[in-house]
Amino acid sequence: MPKDASGVLSEIKRSFIQEKLKSGFREDGRKLDEMRKITIDENYVPRAQGSAFVQLGKTKVIVGIKIESGAPFPDTPNLGVMTTNVEMLPMAFPTFEPGPPNEDSIEIARVVDRGIRESKMIDLEKLCIEPGKKVMIVFIDIDVIDFDGNIIDACTMGVVKALSFARYKPDPEGDELPVPINNHPISVTMVKIGNEILCDPNLEEEQMSNARITVTMTEDGKIRAMQKGNIGSFTLGQINEVIQMSERVGNGIREQILGEVR
Amino acid sequence: MIDTDDRKEIVFPGDIVEKGELNMRNGVFRSVDGSYRSQFFGIVQKGDEFVDVVPFHGTYVPRRNDKVIGKIIDIGPSMWTVDIKSPYMTMLHMNDTPWKLNSGEIKRAIGVGDYVYAKVQTVNEVKESWITLKEPGLGLRKLEGGHIIYVPAPKVPRIIGKAGSMVNMIKDATNTRIVIGQNGLIWIEGQIEGVLKATSAIELIKSMAHTNGLTDRMMEFLKIEKKGEE
Amino acid sequence: MGTPSDKKLIDENGLRLDGRGPDELRPIRIRTDVLERADGSAMIEWGGNKIIVAVYGPREAYPKHTQDIERAVIKARYNMAAFSVDERKRPGPDRRSVEISKVISEALTAAVMVEQFPRTQIDVFIEVVQADAGTRIASLTAASVALANAGIPMKDFVVGCTAGRVEGKVVLDLSKEEDNFGQADLPMAVLQKSGEVVLIQMDGELSKEEFDSAVAMIMDATKRIHEIQRNALVEKYQNIEAGGEE
Repeated sequence: MPKDASGVLSEIKRSFIQEKLKSGFREDGRKLDEMRKITIDENYVPRAQGSAFVQLGKTKVIVGIKIESGAPFPDTPNLGVMTTNVEMLPMAFPTFEPGPPNEDSIEIARVVDRGIRESKMIDLEKLCIEPGKKVMIVFIDIDVIDFDGNIIDACTMGVVKALSFARYKPDPEGDELPVPINNHPISVTMVKIGNEILCDPNLEEEQMSNARITVTMTEDGKIRAMQKGNIGSFTLGQINEVIQMSERVGNGIREQILGEVR
Repeated sequence: MIDTDDRKEIVFPGDIVEKGELNMRNGVFRSVDGSYRSQFFGIVQKGDEFVDVVPFHGTYVPRRNDKVIGKIIDIGPSMWTVDIKSPYMTMLHMNDTPWKLNSGEIKRAIGVGDYVYAKVQTVNEVKESWITLKEPGLGLRKLEGGHIIYVPAPKVPRIIGKAGSMVNMIKDATNTRIVIGQNGLIWIEGQIEGVLKATSAIELIKSMAHTNGLTDRMMEFLKIEKKGEE
Repeated sequence: MGTPSDKKLIDENGLRLDGRGPDELRPIRIRTDVLERADGSAMIEWGGNKIIVAVYGPREAYPKHTQDIERAVIKARYNMAAFSVDERKRPGPDRRSVEISKVISEALTAAVMVEQFPRTQIDVFIEVVQADAGTRIASLTAASVALANAGIPMKDFVVGCTAGRVEGKVVLDLSKEEDNFGQADLPMAVLQKSGEVVLIQMDGELSKEEFDSAVAMIMDATKRIHEIQRNALVEKYQNIEAGGEE
């Protein structure tokens, strides 16, 4: 988990945040189950087949989707392919370094990928052009350009928004088609500070907590992916609590970012 | 709202700065053509004697006798490494504190993540600095409790105001204690509402540090805040 | 340079595919303070280019052997997003981006008063979000703004533009098609006030006369581009003057 520029969060800041939490509010005035302000610009990169610029509070990510033809995996000859890659760019935070993805960005990419993949959001069967020979490959690439906590949710909502508008050409000479979509998964990431569970942590809240959990659900109320992170733990009661919070908060996000699409 | 007469002159890197009868001081350089030019994107400040160009943003570089706020980022057997937002290393030795400490046990006095209000004692030839907590009468100490915010170091004089007028006004209106480091870190202590109000007052100065008539506007701002409470 | 296509790049009236005359720039827009964490930042939109630049520093140079005891080291890192070009680009540096990073670092070093911060580094992170010809000079133009925005001392701005030869004519600020199918490409950057050249690269084929006229076009354009740099920096301070707070 990234720390602030010098690697530690001060006692002063910790006690300030804790004192505020006791009153049911967070340092920035949010309630425990309240997201930060979400702004999404769709089609931010017109050259990509789908794209979105997401601002979740001060966290900013750019999602770009490229769809190209290629060979299927030998064990799934009738399915298109999707891959997800997250670049935690060094411009996003003073201590992020250039270079290949580290374990933090690989975990983030895999959690985002799992939510989209296990929901079967993209209908990969329809992306098969010629079984065993030619399928469409959906490359999901995400640039994290400004970091203030909760990359996973910012990335997931950006991917869902970008895929909802993405178009591709199965035949280079033919017409553009919308990417076949089954549903709209939304991830909600929560952390535990003391015994309080709060969603959409900003950087300072991430630094203060020692347990994080992400629950990704679809609009049918099904749980599609989970990931617990960091060294702390949750009780089973708290796990139930986070699932409920994920569904409630996730429905709100879905409504907000996709209202006009669905 | 202020009219344009209130605006100070904004200059860009390489722009000519007219010195008139005054002497050039900070933020300018002598160009090959003999003219004085700005090093910064910032504002021209003309005093009784000197002309300075003050950048809107900028890095703090320690000078001897500056009072700064620093965060402890590492502990050795007999000294702490302190982050004072300078690109160069800053250290505090156990003998430069008011306490009797034994080597190896100094983290009992100050731990990683703690803040100190200290004076820059020496700056060596490679700009590494040593700070001290020892000089009495200056309020140097470990800062307990409170809240820390940051403004770019070039804006610190505006937040202090003439002879402390600006910061005193904020302290009085918000019922807080405030300590300002010349490196741009500011410590605010008090009831949460007061701290938040003082923070937004400082944020306002930060965004308007280049304008005149700031004191009047701050008075107005603090009064408006008070009304909102009633 | 690619092979000429059947498409005419310049019509009988001397206008280009996008309707520009020979010495016209594509639309350029620069904004500052687009990022929260960076010490200074700028975003430039230049034609279809979309590039974000972040400046961090001066800060302790790392690893230590890269320190220069006399001056700050400027480390520009030019990176293309995977989705920034027509065919997906594999993430990570390639030989082209390494070279561009180097020439950008060197050009910026000519403007920055690096001797004020010995042993430090100034990082300039450049992310090309969408590429549309001329990314290196657009990056450099925005980097100069981001450095000023970060309060880094500089003796001048760096401002750049390209010119080239398309269907036998010298034109300013090549578009993507002109870059692909033209006959010469000349990116150049200068210190704005002194006019000293801090970046020049060229490929293709130009006569000496064509070179002279390309350079004259670029020098004239840098004046217009520099105005955009200044306006980008001062914009938010003017807004405050008008009573609008951010």
